[in-house]
Amino acid sequence: MIPLLAAVVLLAAETSAGQPKPPLTHVAAPGPAQADTVKVGGDLYVLHCLSCHGDRLQGTPQAPPLTNAGAASVDFQLSTGRMPLEVPGTEPMRGPPSFPRGQIDAIVAYVVTHGGKGADIPQVHSSPDLTRGRKIFEENCQACHGATGTGAVAGFGWLAPALLQSTPLQTAEAVRTGPGIMPKFDAHVIPQADLDALAAYVDSLHHPDDRGGYSLASAGPVGEGIVAWIVGLGVTVLLMFAVGETLRRS
Amino acid sequence: MIRRLVYALDDRLGTAPFLRHALRKAFPDHWSFMLGEVALYCFLFILASGTYLTFFFHPSAHHVVYHSNSVPSLNGRSMSDAYASVLRISFETRAGLLIRQAHHWCALVFAAAIVVHMARVFFTGAFRKPRDLNWIVGLTLLLLVMGDGFTGYSLPDDQLSGAGLRIADSIALAIPVIGSWFAYLFFGGGYPSPEITNRLYAIHILFIPLALGALIALHLAILWRQKHTQFPGRGKREDNVTGSPLWPAYTVKSLALMAATFGVLLLLGGLVEINPVWLYGPYDPWTVASPAQPDWYVGWLDGALRVAPPWAIHLFGHTISALLWPGIVLPLGFFGALYAWPFAERRLTGDRAYHELLQLPWQNPLRTSFGVAALTFAGVLLLAASDDIQARLWSISVQQLAWFYRVAALVLPPVAAAIAWRICTELQARHTYEEDHPARVVLKRGSDGGFEEEPVATP
Repeated sequence: MIPLLAAVVLLAAETSAGQPKPPLTHVAAPGPAQADTVKVGGDLYVLHCLSCHGDRLQGTPQAPPLTNAGAASVDFQLSTGRMPLEVPGTEPMRGPPSFPRGQIDAIVAYVVTHGGKGADIPQVHSSPDLTRGRKIFEENCQACHGATGTGAVAGFGWLAPALLQSTPLQTAEAVRTGPGIMPKFDAHVIPQADLDALAAYVDSLHHPDDRGGYSLASAGPVGEGIVAWIVGLGVTVLLMFAVGETLRRS
Repeated sequence: MIRRLVYALDDRLGTAPFLRHALRKAFPDHWSFMLGEVALYCFLFILASGTYLTFFFHPSAHHVVYHSNSVPSLNGRSMSDAYASVLRISFETRAGLLIRQAHHWCALVFAAAIVVHMARVFFTGAFRKPRDLNWIVGLTLLLLVMGDGFTGYSLPDDQLSGAGLRIADSIALAIPVIGSWFAYLFFGGGYPSPEITNRLYAIHILFIPLALGALIALHLAILWRQKHTQFPGRGKREDNVTGSPLWPAYTVKSLALMAATFGVLLLLGGLVEINPVWLYGPYDPWTVASPAQPDWYVGWLDGALRVAPPWAIHLFGHTISALLWPGIVLPLGFFGALYAWPFAERRLTGDRAYHELLQLPWQNPLRTSFGVAALTFAGVLLLAASDDIQARLWSISVQQLAWFYRVAALVLPPVAAAIAWRICTELQARHTYEEDHPARVVLKRGSDGGFEEEPVATP
């Protein structure tokens, strides 16, 4: 316990100094006892979450209450590094998680036992049905996240993030909880088998099939237009100039 | 061998005098005169690569089930025959992907070459009488290439195709009075109609290429008859034409350019991915992909749609769609102004003479300013067409960007024109001054080997 507290104090000092938080990989994971886990989670909550979300998860003018944040939501926000926010009030962006797995589980346990009600961490099974997953993706996800999962604007300053690092579990959590301005899709809209297929398809987007050569797919026709002008016409005109001038002088 | 062939032809057709004349014909020496030739060779390339693709493409909206492991996430998916055949061209046809990509790259480079060629013709005043005729033919060629590009973009029936066609349908509907009838007639029913792929195919591979071929022939015939223009310089007058003979000098040069153009296009087709339709997915009318952009030559019109204010008019119980302004009035006005410019310039300057000698851009500030304004306007709109990608890149609001481009499209063209005008008049003043004050110096070498300047009376 002492090394954990020491680390926590150290972390608090660093946070208050405004420095980036190093991942606390040197801290031992909490023991198997549930009560201990909640206790550790409570300590972490006090240090990293309380100032914005309040001492009873009731929220503050800076941040929403967590009383409707279930395990899936908290786990998604922490495991994708969106929470805790470096600057309160800004749009949460994906980044390296601030806590190791064990501490995330502890914070999740604390929030759930202290009144956070919402979707539990969803089940995801591996699915071979990429065709089904792609169909679900095209109908529900690509309008904001882009056909190739590269992310796109969602209007009024909001960005739908890229999905190129999303693990199957995180995909499922986002679908079930609807983080940010994303809508929530429950089991009536996307049943479990479809969710599995969707998570597998999103996972397959991490390695796009760029058999056509050097990929400009994330910029689509915009990148193609730039290449056509600079490389296509540009190189041709340079060659034309070279040929024209060489033959003129000879 | 060639000699015998020529003799044989001459015996039957009497072609020797024509050939002797034609092979001695003067072709221009300045490299910038070959821009149009890049476009010509792009036409040949796109014709050849397109012919290959027609062997394998199915212009049909009929739905089929795709069974192939080439794209695992599409295996077993119901899709249009057109899209499935594009997948087969890409993955199961020998050289299919290479030719398909090179064909698409060629379309982009073709249009770019035409624009640069036209800019050369415009800013040097090469379009003046008697070549105003060929300016009209050339501008029509650009419009045809844009049309062929758009129909080609629409054929694979992927998500971008579908989104583009949906926009085209909306613009057709926005034509006042006849819009609904016209759109139904053209699309063969409400959108999306099973007829449209067929019709676009006929337009893409038959009607427009035929019109392009005929107009290119006319373009070259007029050029052959009128001969090329030339930059002012030693030995170049209004009543002569100088250059290298077609054979052998210009033929070698031109064939080298053809090889360069084909080489660049095939390298691009083999090395750089373009329009990966298997990543975009087949089109379903109820889905939409984002970001979605057209090819660059249609991009400026897409940009206009994005930033134009939503001004719909309600008249006598009818609605005139807000798309009328950016979708119809703007392109008509823009190309109308380009068609009319040679005649407008004649009227504005009162210069109705024949011109064989070119002008440099600074010699005609009015024309240069107009051209710069038009290019700036289209350029701003083209940038506006990728506002969503820029918003993501720079993490700013896409609405703010739309406002920025809305203002920029109106403000930047006059500003650019004013700057161009200023530069032109400054250059003009300098040239006038130098003509009036030629800096002539006579150096005299003395017996000691040194030089001495002798004052010369200026005239």
